[in-house]
This record gives sequence, structure tokens and C-alpha cells, in this order.
Amino acid sequence: MKADAESILEVRDLVKHFPLTQGIVVKRQIGAIKAVDGVSFDLHRGETLGIVGESGCGKSTLAKLLMALERPTSGSVRIRGKDITAARGAELKRMRRNIQMVMQDPYTSLNPRMTVGDIVGEPFEIHPDVAPKGDRRRRVQELLEVVGLNPDHINRYPHQFSGGQRQRIGIARGLALQPEIIICDEPVSALDVSIQAQVMNLLERLQDEFDLSYIFIAHDLSVVRHISDRVAVMYLGKIVELGSDSEIYDTPTHPYTQALLSAVPVPDPEGRETRQRIILQGDPPSPANPPSGCHFRTRCWKAQDICAEQRPALEVRPGSAHPSACHFAEVRDVVNAK
Amino acid sequence: MSDPTVTQDLIKGADEPTASPVAVKDSRRSLWRDTWDILKRRKIFWISLVMLILFLAMAAFPSLFTHKDPEYATLAKSMEGPSSEAWFGYDLQGRDVFARAVYGARTSIVVGVLATLATVLIGGLTGVLAAYFGRWLDAIVSRVGEMLLGLPYVLGAIIILGTIAPAQSNPGKVMIMAVVIIVLALLGWPILMRIARSAVIQAKHQDYVQAARALGAGPMRIIFRHLLPNSLAPILVYATITIGSFIGAEATLSLLGIGLRSPVISWGIAIADHASYIRTAPHAMFFPAAFLSLCVLTFVMLGEAVRDALDPKLR
Amino acid sequence: MTEVLSEQVGRGSHGGALLEVDNLHVEFRTRAGVAKAVNGVTYSVDAGETLAVLGESGSGKSVTAQTIMGILDMPPGKITGGEIRFRGVDLLKLPEDQRRKIRGEGISMVFQDALSALNPVFPVGWQIAEMFRTHRGTSRAEAKKKAIELMDRVRIPAAKDRVNDFPHQFSGGMRQRIMIAMAIALDPEILIADEPTTALDVTVQAQIMGLLAELQRDSNMGLILITHDLGVVADVADKIAVMYGGRIVEHATVHDLYKSPAHPYSKGLLESIPRVDHKGKELYAIKGLPPNLLEMPTGCAFHPRCPYRRDNCVTDVPPLYTISGTRGSACHYWREVIDEG
Repeated sequence: MKADAESILEVRDLVKHFPLTQGIVVKRQIGAIKAVDGVSFDLHRGETLGIVGESGCGKSTLAKLLMALERPTSGSVRIRGKDITAARGAELKRMRRNIQMVMQDPYTSLNPRMTVGDIVGEPFEIHPDVAPKGDRRRRVQELLEVVGLNPDHINRYPHQFSGGQRQRIGIARGLALQPEIIICDEPVSALDVSIQAQVMNLLERLQDEFDLSYIFIAHDLSVVRHISDRVAVMYLGKIVELGSDSEIYDTPTHPYTQALLSAVPVPDPEGRETRQRIILQGDPPSPANPPSGCHFRTRCWKAQDICAEQRPALEVRPGSAHPSACHFAEVRDVVNAK
Repeated sequence: MSDPTVTQDLIKGADEPTASPVAVKDSRRSLWRDTWDILKRRKIFWISLVMLILFLAMAAFPSLFTHKDPEYATLAKSMEGPSSEAWFGYDLQGRDVFARAVYGARTSIVVGVLATLATVLIGGLTGVLAAYFGRWLDAIVSRVGEMLLGLPYVLGAIIILGTIAPAQSNPGKVMIMAVVIIVLALLGWPILMRIARSAVIQAKHQDYVQAARALGAGPMRIIFRHLLPNSLAPILVYATITIGSFIGAEATLSLLGIGLRSPVISWGIAIADHASYIRTAPHAMFFPAAFLSLCVLTFVMLGEAVRDALDPKLR
Repeated sequence: MTEVLSEQVGRGSHGGALLEVDNLHVEFRTRAGVAKAVNGVTYSVDAGETLAVLGESGSGKSVTAQTIMGILDMPPGKITGGEIRFRGVDLLKLPEDQRRKIRGEGISMVFQDALSALNPVFPVGWQIAEMFRTHRGTSRAEAKKKAIELMDRVRIPAAKDRVNDFPHQFSGGMRQRIMIAMAIALDPEILIADEPTTALDVTVQAQIMGLLAELQRDSNMGLILITHDLGVVADVADKIAVMYGGRIVEHATVHDLYKSPAHPYSKGLLESIPRVDHKGKELYAIKGLPPNLLEMPTGCAFHPRCPYRRDNCVTDVPPLYTISGTRGSACHYWREVIDEG
């Protein structure tokens, strides 16, 4: 692992509740969608932290909170010791230089009315002190070259590029301010299979070249495993298990992680008839009305009375070296088991 | 591992589940180029463009179209029908109907264009601001707009104009035009506000706006660099149609005696002045009315052509 | 290519497979030119068999399915050649009213996006029941009873209570179950599933794929699974057709294809999957971009991206070479590709 101990990003007890209101004139709060419900983790310098989970687990809201695009209900996000959730105005703008993002959809993440040069150069216009005006065009062309695009195409429009190339443009924009942290929110899931590998390789190369730290959010577990040093598994707004990639993939202890891993189709037909599968029943519950105690208990085959009464904390439990939020945490290898 | 050359373009298909796989685009096109390419192949566009140029020339240089003085009256020729001397005949006061129709173009078009401009500015600005900032600003702007929309157009104009410039009063030429323009804009902006508002709300949730915010862009940059350029199409289209309808509205107000009035020369006034003589001298009303209809038609056709060309579904 | 096909057929009472697509050509006439979406696709499915059609966006896999179902938008689409034989009868030559009868009863389809495929203003039970009313003239009460039975069959909990609910009251996975219920309502012999789980989460995807497999086993349907997911294919398919640039570049049994692909494109796809032992290393990536259907490369459509390319690949379109009775590859150098595999 290339990560050293230095924490560059510290997230503590992060909570985001979206109020559900009723009434047109007098708005009355009738509940809240608990999109992110008490999330804590550290990101080390040069490291990639993968975040996996299904739709509605809060991973995209988490990304927006880290980027200060949403204000949290409570909790803190410290970047190099400074809380970005408390920053305002010029200070927030300065802090944004250090944390940037790559978005999922390469078709909607670039303004269709702007040229590639304008898109990649916009960070310099917003932060004019990063690059002097006369230097900007050259800097933009350098960035295009870094992400593997032809620097002569600076005057083209986004729709003249393919999905993979657009994603490269988005990456170039994210790199412009030379941030230390990049949040990748499903960066390859909208791309064709043959293009996914190209973009993954690019992200890895850039990480080495610029000493970047990534938060890599995805639902594709094999992609996350390939790029991540550590992995956090989210379910209904909470991290249920956190560990190194081999801890999560080879010795998962939380039943949800085990079910998730075992549900992923293996791209190899050998032995498919005998493969053991954990197939969960039902759908994830609504984050507006999560079950009491452990959120996963309604779909869990291990659930006991205690699961409805006590919320299991994310902590290291006997028999395993990494934290897991299950009262009955137990190692079970579901990927390699036949 | 890289694909540095951008020479090929994909046919996107599976990205959007229901889209037919034919969103094919040439690699050297911009969105406005696309629009132009469609426009230039539409007959309706060229017809309306030629007519527009004709009307604009008439408004700018009326003397090119007639050498007669529209103010010159020969009472003896009052209501005389069309002849080789006066193609459209003479009006009630014995003035040349053709000359007055030509000179009327300026007023009508100026009123239509300026009122539209004011409408776009007021409606566009309030719509963009309401959509961007939302909350109480949106609530106030939307409610005020809805109230005005609920008011019948002509009734609203009668009330306002009847108060500011009652039929018996005799305001100056510029003054009365300004008042009519303001009234039209005042009553017309809510529709544009709603169009701009919904376009901006749609654009606001696009990822590129989020990305700009993440870069630290302020509201001004987001509105002017990202939201406005992507919301302009529906505003533009509605504006062209509005010009036509305002020219018509101006005529309606003149007919009711509360809009423009002499000494201003306009199609509306000409129609109003001769409405009661329609049986004895139909020509005095027919020709200004024909000019008016053609001009309104021109702008509406142009608006439709632009709308069709900007509609991505037709590509 | 027809020779290859004739080697494969020979099953079924009419002397062919249940459904045969034979040398199908489909074009789209657009403002920018003619896009050749499907260029001579040939495949067949028999009862109880699962054919996976694997390909990326623009490969023509969905267009072929839409043509089979007769739901292709024409224009801009245009079928310029080929046959689609169901029980030996060419569907493309049938009048519309007879095709409509086959749709639903003979061949049926499940779409990717269940939310937009269901009508939001009618209860789901009503929409399922409509299948019986319009195709079979079943009475209202009887049709509703059958709808509840079907909802039970696709494992919608408390089907009786939910039959009057509207589509938006169901989760994505449940909506996909409703779509499947509608698709199997009239006991079709062929079910086409176009990316049925792409919009769903992994755990729900596993449920839906399990359901499809079970339904297929019970009623011995032929299943055409259209997907880009190599994992799903490995899990359920009997045989695979890999599409690229509107053509089938390789067809094989699932075991053969994953063990030793015979076309550089299938091989590249398999190699670009992140694997545990490749961790930390660069992923294999097929270079370049999928072809522009308006300006197809000459010769083999894959040649600009192909590591095996020789001079004749640029000029000669490779036929679908027969490798064995169940296997074909449209690559001049398939022997090399297999040997290296």
C-alpha cells in the first residue's frame, strides 16, 4: 500500500437529513430522509478509499457533503485539519482548490454550450491567481495532454467527443487546480466496458503522477477492488464495514457485505451450477423510515431480537481485525468459496 | 492505452434506454450550427426572413417605398377608392392609405420589438433569479406572475391605460408610445418568467452546474456562463412569437381608443379610425389590416421555424 | 454466413430452430447519413435455451431485438435485408395483424427501464390483466384473478393487496417483476430480455436473474438475454453471440468463449475485466473507440483497434468462419487468437 499514516481528510459523525415537509403555505416537517446517518472515516495521503453500496445507501449524498455542495445536518469534514462544512465565502473557495470531483455522467457533467478549452480553463477563471491569464491556454492544453486528449481540440464542443473522452475532459477539469483529493462518483459506470479500463488506467496513472488521494464511489465491486486500498461498505446511510481491500473481499464479516459480494456475477462460467449464492429477500427499506436497531436486520438471515433493539456500532469485533457493524460479525469467504 | 485522436464520433444508444440509436452528429458541428443547418432548409424560414427584411426596411426607410407624404391630406379625395394614382386609395381625411400603411410600420414594429425586449428583460431576469435562488423569492415572483396572468390582458390594459392616459387626454408622441410599451411589457412578462424559470430549474440540476459550484463559482458566473446559455432557446423562440402578438395587441388597444393615437401613424390607429366606415370604404381599413396581419404572421412563422430548429427531437 | 447457419439448424419440427434471425440488415436514415446499425446478423434460439447477445452501445444488439419484436421505429429505421423466422415463418413478410398476435403470445420482451415501460396512470394489476383482455377476450374478473396469480408467480409479496397499486408505488426491482409478469402472461415461447437488470442494484439483480432462470425452466421458454455485462452472461447463458459494429463477430457456447475466445474483440473484453491477481497493475484496455456507424472502417470493423491486424484486415471483410458446429469467429486470424488464449 502506498498510503502513509498522514490523514488528509477526516470525516466525523457526518449526518445529512433531508426534511420531508407537508403543506404549501405553512410547511410542517413530517419526517426526514436519513441519507447519511453518522459516517466517520479517514483518508490518507496517496490512498484510494472505495465506497460501495446500492442506490439509496447515501454514497452520492456523502460525495456532495465532502464537496460542500450540501451542508450537513451535523458532523464535520476536515481537510488538512480545517472543517470545510464550517467554511464560508473566500475561505470555502480557497478550500475547494484542494478537493475536486469527477462525476458519473459524462453527458450531463459538461456544459454543452462551452468549448473544451473553456470547460477545462474555467477553474483558472474562478481562481485567477492559480495561472496568469497569458498562461492559461497553454495550461489547458497541457491538461488535455495529461488525460490523453489531443490538445489541438481545445475549440471543440463536448458533443463532438465520445463518452470516454468526455470523462477525460471532466478529469482534466478536476485536475486543473492541482487538488490533493479527488472524489470520483461512479466515474466509469456510464461508460462502455471497453472504455472503462482506459479510464481506470488513467485514474491510476494520475494518482501516481500527482500524488492524489481518491474517494472512489461505485456500485461495481470488481472495479472498486481493483483501484482501492481500503473499502467502506455503506447500507442505508451508515458504513457497515470498513477495511483493507483484502479484508473486505476475502474475509468479510458483515452479512450485508457477504450478500453483496456473493450477488456479483462472476465472469467465469466454470462451476456456476455449484456456486453458493446468498440471495437477499426484498428491497432495501426506505431511508425515510429505516428499521430500528440494525438497519439491515429486515433482510438479514442472522437477525435476532437484539438486532431490533440495539444498533450495532462500527467496531473491531472478535475474530477479525477490521471494524464491522454487526452483532454477529463472523468471517465468511464468499468470493473464493465454490 | 489512450485514444488521443478525436476523429470518430459514437452513435450513442444504450446510454439512454429508450433513445433510438440514431443521434448521429457530424464532428464539426456546434449546436447553433445544427440549428442553422435545419433552418436554412426550411422554406417557411426563408419566406418569413424575406418578409421580415421587407418590413424592417419599411420601418427604417419608409421613403424608399413611397414618395408621398402620409400627413398630406386632400379632404376632397376622402374615402376615394384605389386608383393608379393611389394604389390603396385615400382615407377619411383624404390621406394616401398606402403611404400611411408604410409609415405605420415603424411605430408598430418599434412598439412590438421594444415591448418584447422589455418583456424578455423583466421576465427573463425574474425567472432566472426566481429559479436560481428559489425559496421566498421564487414564491413572491411566481405568485405575482400568476396574479397578472389571471387578469385578462385587454382588461388589464384598459384599466392601466385608462388611468395613465385616458382617451380624452393628449399626450406627446413619444410619451404615448412609451406608456403603451410599458403596459404591454407589464402584462406580458409573467409568461416569459415562467418559461425562463422552468428552463433554468431544468438546467440548474445538471451536473455541470454542480461541477461549477464545486470549483467555487459564484452565482453570477453560474447564471451567466451556465444557466442562461442553456435556457436561451425557449426564451428566444417565445420572444419572436411575442413580437407578433404585441403588434396585434397594440392595434387592439388603438381600436379601443386607449392605445396609440394621432398624430402617431400606426396600423392600429388606421384600423381604429376606419372601423366604422367598413361598409362604405372597406379599402381604408383593409390595407392597414392586411399589413398588420402579414407582419404578425412573419414573426410568428419565424418563431415557429426557430422553435422547430432548436427542438432536438427533430434532429 | 447462411452456410454457417444451415449447419446449426436442423432442430424442431419445421427443420429449424424455434427462432432464427437470418442475415438481418437494418439501417437508420438520418440527416447526417445512413447508419448501418445491423449488418448481417444471424442467430437462433431454441426452446429452453438461453442465448446471450453481448455488445456495447451501438453494436446493434438492441436494434436486432426491436426488429424481432416488430417495434423498430420506421422511419428512421429500415430493414434492408434478411429474414426472421419464428417456427419457420418469416415474420417480416407477415401482415401487421398476424404479427401483433405473435407479439406477446409467441415472442415477448422485457425492457431495461421498467418505470417508463409501465403506464403511470393505471394500476399494475389492470395493466397485466389487459394482456388477457385484449389477446384472449377474458372477462374483467377472470383477468384480474389471473393478474394476481402472475404477480404471485413473479414473487411480488402480498400480490392480492397490491394489485390495485400504481407503478410508482413499487421499487425498481418490483417494477421489473411486474414487467416480467406482463411479458410471460400469455406463455410466450421466446422471451427477449433487453438489459433487464442494468438499472438495478446487484442484490436485486441477483433476484431478477434467478427469477428469469426459474420461469424459463418451468415453461421451457427460449430466452434471448441482451446485455453488456460479462458477469451476468457467464452466469446464465448457454450460448453467446458477441456483437460489434452491427455484426456478430463471435458465437460460441458459454464455456468455449470464456475459456478461449476466438475473436480479438471478445478476448479484449474478457481481459479488461479487473481481476484479483491484476490488482495494482494496469488493466488491459482495448485501445481506441467503437466504430462510427456512419463511416464504418473498411474490411473488418474492428481492425483499427485490433492487436492482430494484418494488411488484409483493412481490405477484406472477414466472413463468419466456422470453427466447430457450435462455434464461429469473424476474424481472419481466429486460429492465432485461440492458440494464444
